[in-house]
Amino acid sequence: MWRSCPRLRNWGRRALNWSPGGPTTSMGPGPNTLSPSRDYAPPAERKRFYQNVSITQGEGGFEINLDHRKLKTPQAKLFTVPSEALAIAVATEWDSQQDTIKFYTMHLTTLCNTCLDNPTQRNKDQLTQAAVKFLDTDTICYRVEEPQTLVELQKNEWDPIIEWTKKRYGVEIGFSTSIMGPSIPAKTREVLVSHLASYNMWALQGIEFVVAQLKSMVLTLGLIDLHLTVEQAVLLSRLEEEYQIQKWGNIEWAHDYELQELRARTAAGTLFVHLCSENTTVKHKLLQE
Amino acid sequence: MAALGSPARTLRGLLRELRYMNAATGRPYRDTAAYRYLVKAFRAHRVTSEKLCRAQHELHFQAATYLCLLRSVRRHVALHQEFHGKGERSVEESAGLVGLTLPKQPGGKGWEP
Repeated sequence: MWRSCPRLRNWGRRALNWSPGGPTTSMGPGPNTLSPSRDYAPPAERKRFYQNVSITQGEGGFEINLDHRKLKTPQAKLFTVPSEALAIAVATEWDSQQDTIKFYTMHLTTLCNTCLDNPTQRNKDQLTQAAVKFLDTDTICYRVEEPQTLVELQKNEWDPIIEWTKKRYGVEIGFSTSIMGPSIPAKTREVLVSHLASYNMWALQGIEFVVAQLKSMVLTLGLIDLHLTVEQAVLLSRLEEEYQIQKWGNIEWAHDYELQELRARTAAGTLFVHLCSENTTVKHKLLQE
Repeated sequence: MAALGSPARTLRGLLRELRYMNAATGRPYRDTAAYRYLVKAFRAHRVTSEKLCRAQHELHFQAATYLCLLRSVRRHVALHQEFHGKGERSVEESAGLVGLTLPKQPGGKGWEP
C-alpha cells in the first residue's frame, strides 16, 4: 500500500530523517513561491550543506563526518555503525547527493538510523515475532484459482522456492487459495524463531525491513541464505504484477518506478543484513610442502 | 545458490555506477573510499584453489547486491525526477502522458477573462 503512495511516503521519510538542529527555517522556498498551475508541490529538499564526506573509526564503531561535523541520527545520537563496509556504503550515499539531499534514496542511512534510535522501542523478541508473523500472510503462499496461465505461472515459479525452504529448514509450509490463508504449523514458527534468534538486533531490523518490502518471509530467507538474487526475489514478489504487465502493457511511471524502488529497498535491506551479521575472519592457507 | 555471473562483470558494473555518481560532482571516482574498498576487496578475494569457496561466493553476492542497490537508486531517481518530482501536473500534461490532447474550442470557452 505504501508503495503506491510515493509522495506521502517520501514526506514521512523526510520527517523521520530530520537531522538534529535542522529547524524548518533551513528549508528552501515553500510551495507558495511556485507557479499557480501546480496545485500540489513536493516539499522542498535540503541543500547539500557539506563538501567532503569521510569516515573515522571511533570507540563504538565507524563514524561518518560531513566536512568536520559528525553525522548524527534524528534523535541526536552519534551515528556509528559496526562494520567498515557499511560505513563506506553510507558515506557513499551522502557523497552521491548532488545539490539537494534526497533522503528517500538513502536507504542504508535510514536503516542505520532506525537501528540506532529504535523509534518503535521494540526488543529482539518482538522483532523476531513480527518477522515470523508475516509467514501467515506470505505472498507466495496465496495462490489464485484463475486464470489458468497465472495459476501455472505461480506454481512453476513459487513452488521451487517453497520446496527449498522446506528442505533447508526442515519445516512444513502450506499454501492456500482461500482468504483464510495457508496452514503454517506451530513447529514451523518455532524453528524459524529459533533460527532468527541467532541474528543480532541490527540484522533483525534489516530482516524485518526486507520482509515488509517483499511481503514474504520465504523470499527473505532465500535472500539471507544467498539462494536468490535481489532481482529474482523482487520478480517473484511481484509475480502477478509482472503477469498483468505482460497482458496489459507496462507503464513507466507506475510499474518501472515501483520496480526500481522495490529493488533498491530490498537490495539495501539485504546488504544491511549481510554486513551486520558477518564476522570477518581471515584464514591464510598453509602452503603444502 | 544464486547464479551471479562472473565477478569481473560485477566489478565493472560497480565501477560504472561510481562513475555515474561522481560525474555530477566532478571529482574522479578513483579518489573515493568506495572505489578503494571495492578494488581492495575484489583483489583480496580473487582466486582460491578451493572447489567451492563459500566466503568468495558470499562476497560476490554482497557485491552484486550493492550493484543492484546503486543501479536501482539511480534509475529510481531518474524516474522520480521525470514523473513525480515536480508536483501535480496540469490537465494538459496529464492528458499528454497517455497520448491525448485537450479539445480545442474555437473562440475560447467563453468564461476566460
